[in-house]
Amino acid sequence: MKKKNIISAILLFGAFIAVLTGCSNNSKSSSSSSDSSASGKITAVGSTALQPLVEKAASNFQKDNSKISITVQGGGSGTGLSQVQDGSVALGNSDIFAESKDGIDAKKLVDHKVAVVGMAPVVNKETGVKNLTMDQLKKIFTGKITNWKDVGGKDQEITVVNRAEGSGTRATFEDAVLGGDKAVKSQEQDSNGTVQKIVESTPGAISYLAFSYINDKVQAVSINDVKPTDTNVETNDWPIWSYEHMYTKGEAKDATAKFLKYMDSSAVQKGLVGKMGYISIHDMKVQKDAKGTVSNK
Amino acid sequence: MDEIQRKLQQNSKATREDHLGRTICYICIGLIIALVTCILYFIASKGIATFTKDHVNVWQFLTTSNWEPTSMDSKGRPMVGALPMIVTSFSVTLLAALVATPFAIGVAIFMTEISAKRGAKLLQPVIELLVGIPSVVYGFIGLSLIVPFIRHIFGGTGFGILSGTLVLFVMVLPTITSLTVDSLKAVPMHYRQASLALGATRWQTIYKVILRSATPGILTAIIFGMARAFGEALAVQMVIGNAILMPKNLVSPASTLTSKLTTDIGNTVMGTLPNDALWSLALILLLMSLFFNMLVRFIGKRGNIKNAS
Repeated sequence: MKKKNIISAILLFGAFIAVLTGCSNNSKSSSSSSDSSASGKITAVGSTALQPLVEKAASNFQKDNSKISITVQGGGSGTGLSQVQDGSVALGNSDIFAESKDGIDAKKLVDHKVAVVGMAPVVNKETGVKNLTMDQLKKIFTGKITNWKDVGGKDQEITVVNRAEGSGTRATFEDAVLGGDKAVKSQEQDSNGTVQKIVESTPGAISYLAFSYINDKVQAVSINDVKPTDTNVETNDWPIWSYEHMYTKGEAKDATAKFLKYMDSSAVQKGLVGKMGYISIHDMKVQKDAKGTVSNK
Repeated sequence: MDEIQRKLQQNSKATREDHLGRTICYICIGLIIALVTCILYFIASKGIATFTKDHVNVWQFLTTSNWEPTSMDSKGRPMVGALPMIVTSFSVTLLAALVATPFAIGVAIFMTEISAKRGAKLLQPVIELLVGIPSVVYGFIGLSLIVPFIRHIFGGTGFGILSGTLVLFVMVLPTITSLTVDSLKAVPMHYRQASLALGATRWQTIYKVILRSATPGILTAIIFGMARAFGEALAVQMVIGNAILMPKNLVSPASTLTSKLTTDIGNTVMGTLPNDALWSLALILLLMSLFFNMLVRFIGKRGNIKNAS
């Protein structure tokens, strides 16, 4: 009697699982079919640096296109790229070129650059340093200079705060500043907000931030007497900047294409992009390719 | 006649309900077992990939201290040495348990032996409140108060094992306290009565009788606290500094297994070595929590034998 019960329970359980998986299959096929119509669901996953812009743009976009619903999620550039490559999301947001990420086949993906982000080194206000040469900056981040007095500041030990390994911000900074050398092992933080707070409160701290996170509580540092401003980024006089990418697998279709077109429209590029602290892709006078080579547009 | 026979032979309503209830129970149990198996299988298969697919030596993974999964060493092997994170994880866990235990036992004794009424009225809600605070809030308080405080006293940046310990201390305190209270309450009343009848003072009773007979329970409480500390990610990540360096002292930035996972998992691509290496860290975490659970069971068994004899 007891055995029979157990067997029936197992059978029932098996049926249950079958139903569950059946359901998930159904939902998958229905969602992919709805993707192909202009009224549809778009999921954008990836870069947390780009997330606020896409979220804001998506909510404005949906006001005019009530049939299209857009979900925007964070998760990091790596997550965005791998999920769009798998085809599990329509848009993969990334701070870095797909070419520079291991395990991503960039040929399958189509790049849509939607904005530019400038980044600048920031130091604690007490250090007394406002300008560094590129060489000094490199030596600080590779651990060759360890005291602020060596670069014209106070006698104070330098605390390097880096970004998480593999993050887009760090990749951009290291490409522009370190030129292939390895950064000194140090603290790593994974968000602009935390970095800002730490640099603000830790004596002798240096890190780097996207322009939109720089405020008067931290000291932004000029490099070779060039100030970190939007206009300097547009001409590449300020070398630390990167594109914000939205990748699709193959050419974008229907709802996704419509949304990407909206992201490139002047409504977003002239208004929202600047308002949220990014630089418009239309204002750039130079362009950068995946290898980091800069050329005139 | 047939009607009556049929009625008598078929299952009664109560039996059918019984069967239905039992089936639902089995389904639930089956689902949970399946879920646990899936999680175990998923983490294990992902975590082992570092060693099978990417050919990293297990021993090298556990005992070297250079963690740069994106680059290779001179011999072309990936550099994934998890030792600094393992050491830091264990240090914060042990230190937090070490600091929290005396406080927890003190509070528990007060709540059960000395002033049960006031204990229940005042301390119980406080402890429940501590459990309810989300870990990100603890982390934020740690970042805003504890880190500057440590920096002020010890110099350096303030980030490190000491800050992590202090944050975790507050987080594991309620776990250890409430479980210790339970185990003290479980000490039979006649132990206390017998001890007092022999002329022992309250202190002697507590120290020599109650705490001694509650030892297995208290140990279980400590281990549960340690398991919580070991697995805590967010709060620790905010105050530990996240530097993958061998901790030289208690106030130099370090990184735990969990903090490394939360920082990096979003920046890696599924199926590549940096991602696999993180899964291996997750596997270590899983094995450790399994170990903590086994320890609890072992102590529980030993304790039971003692009580029975």
